[in-house]
Amino acid sequence: MGLVKYIARRLIILIPELWIITIIVFTLIQLSPGTFLDQYRLDPSISRETLQAMEKQLGLDKPAVVQYFYWLGKLVRFDFGYSFYYRRPVIDLIGERLLGTFVLSLYSFVISWIVGVVLGIVSALKKYTATDKILTVIAFSGLALPGFFLALVLLYMAARTGWFPIGGLYSPETAKMDVWSAFKDIFWRLQLPAFTLTFGSFAGLMRYQRGSLLDVMNEDYVEFARAKGMPERVVIYRHALRNAINPLITIFGASLADLLSGAVITETIFSWPGLGRLTYQALLQKDYYVVMASTVISTVLLVIGNLIGDILLAAVDPRIRYE
Amino acid sequence: MESILSVRNLSTWFFLEEGVLKAVNDVSFELAPNEVLGIVGETGSGKSITVRSVMRLIHHPGKIVSGEMIYRGRGREEDIAKMSDDELTHIRGKELSMIFQDPLTSLNPLYTIGDQLIETIMQHQDVDRTGAWRLAVEALDKVQIPEPEKRMNSYPFEFSGGMKQRVVIAIALSCNPKILIADEPTTALDVTIQAQVLDLMKQLQTEMKTGTLFITHDLGVISAMADRVMVMYGGRQMELASAEDVFHKPTHPYTHMLLRSIPRVDIKQDSLESIPGQPPRMIDVPDVCPFAPRCPRRLDKCSKELPKLDEFEPNHYVRCFNPVEPGGDLYV
Ligand SMILES: Nc1ncnc2c1ncn2[C@@H]1O[C@H](COP(=O)(O)OP(=O)(O)OP(=O)(O)O)[C@@H](O)[C@H]1O
Ligand code: SF4
Ligand SMILES: [Mg+2]
Repeated sequence: MGLVKYIARRLIILIPELWIITIIVFTLIQLSPGTFLDQYRLDPSISRETLQAMEKQLGLDKPAVVQYFYWLGKLVRFDFGYSFYYRRPVIDLIGERLLGTFVLSLYSFVISWIVGVVLGIVSALKKYTATDKILTVIAFSGLALPGFFLALVLLYMAARTGWFPIGGLYSPETAKMDVWSAFKDIFWRLQLPAFTLTFGSFAGLMRYQRGSLLDVMNEDYVEFARAKGMPERVVIYRHALRNAINPLITIFGASLADLLSGAVITETIFSWPGLGRLTYQALLQKDYYVVMASTVISTVLLVIGNLIGDILLAAVDPRIRYE
Repeated sequence: MESILSVRNLSTWFFLEEGVLKAVNDVSFELAPNEVLGIVGETGSGKSITVRSVMRLIHHPGKIVSGEMIYRGRGREEDIAKMSDDELTHIRGKELSMIFQDPLTSLNPLYTIGDQLIETIMQHQDVDRTGAWRLAVEALDKVQIPEPEKRMNSYPFEFSGGMKQRVVIAIALSCNPKILIADEPTTALDVTIQAQVLDLMKQLQTEMKTGTLFITHDLGVISAMADRVMVMYGGRQMELASAEDVFHKPTHPYTHMLLRSIPRVDIKQDSLESIPGQPPRMIDVPDVCPFAPRCPRRLDKCSKELPKLDEFEPNHYVRCFNPVEPGGDLYV
């Protein structure tokens, strides 16, 4: 079966895709006004000579095209370059932030998928009842409430009540704790930003799952399964649900890509040391190579996420498998 | 012979926001074993809801509001209308089977033909998987699927429309039901395929002596398939008689007009006439003759009272105040 070939082909296509996307992002950064050095130009204590030296050192004196290919040349050797601002290799910076983002995103990803899918199914099976109506109201508030607003409200309440620690992944004391206490501390700190993220994303999944299951429940083959004498339990789980899950698998693949970059606002508000916040700040500071590295990682994740989605879909759907 | 199914005063209504839609209204009929009862009528006349009621496949906001459906296939009288969900799983697919209009959507796309057959067989018969597999292959063979053994592992999308409908028929007949319900089983197929599938159904019906409720728009199909015919309009039966009588001695004005609106080879026709006017919207309708707004023979009382379903001649039932005498003219 051509699955290996298919995966190989998709991964090869990834290379030109990446190339084009990096060109676009690089061009956009170049087109936006200002450079990294502007913040220093405003500072009277920094002399012209120093500025020129910095410009040269960072390679900003060269034409943009040269800068781009210089960066690209390093990238193919898996060197992501240096951050202007932190004066450290980008790869180290990202490595540090990856864990923070990953813990937060994965945690809320798992919860929003479980909660979203399960409540979506419940909501569909209990259509027209009070349960469905209550879940619908919750889902729509999840969809309508802007994440930053929810985050600020939570932050305010945490500060007022003192029930939840605020401000980042670690506290100064974390380093002094034993492993178990540190774990508990981090877990506790995770809750508010995770809740913000989950509340924003489970609602969409739930509505989607509900709609998809209701659509499938109207299909002839579901009614035919009943007409064959299948008990309702079998009709729902074997016939309806399996078909209703398929459209969600595609979304699942696509949303894997958001794992590392979907939490910018939440990370910023909760001072969470994550990749999203790092990228956002880098963008404001024109710290090119950090932005570029982030772009590359997101693109690779997007393609791999979609690939995983496709493979999963092929595993459950014969029509795709045999194509 | 005693009927295998007696439907008496069946009413199935939909409780919609705009009002009550009386999709099936006080319908009664008998089905003898080994008999094909055709159900005809324009779209929306309540044909599908009638047979779905018999299968108890009516969902919210629909409800079977009254009537009984006596099934006699298991040596006693059982009212399908009163069965529990659990009892229903034992008669659906085993005692009564149903085939839907569109074969393209009747099979679950994610399971093989074999799985879908075996699932049904194992639900109703005391066999293990190997036994069920053997019965499934036999069932496919019976509906003339070539290389049935090999086709067991195929998925629905690998079959043509006609082949899919054969598979659906195989599933429906796999447990030798005593009643088969076919709701426009060939409407979605090409004309040539239609004829083949109809031939197959007729042959299997004769062979297995299955009492059949057969719905169609196509009076040509009815004349080939049915022993008796029930004509429906606006959720009610208008005429119920042998196919012979319905075709050659139609008494209800609606039946007359229905016959004139289709091309026929068996009688001489001057010209085709379409029935003027629209089928009624059936929400909150009063109990009067539903056909009155379109009827050329309408009397004053037709829009004030509901005519009863009278036995016009032995075994020839008509619901009309001013029926057409045999050989008489429709227009007064
Ligand atoms: N799920 C439903 N909800 C509301 N009304 C319905 C529903 N199903 C059927 N009806 C209504 O019930 C009436 C009878 O429908 P039915 O499907 O029995 O018609 P039919 O005679 O089978 O027509 P067709 O030839 O188009 O299949 C129609 O007016 C239809 O609109
Ligand atoms: S009862 Fe009256 S309106 Fe109805 S079909 Fe007969 S003649 Fe026509
Ligand atoms: Mg119908």
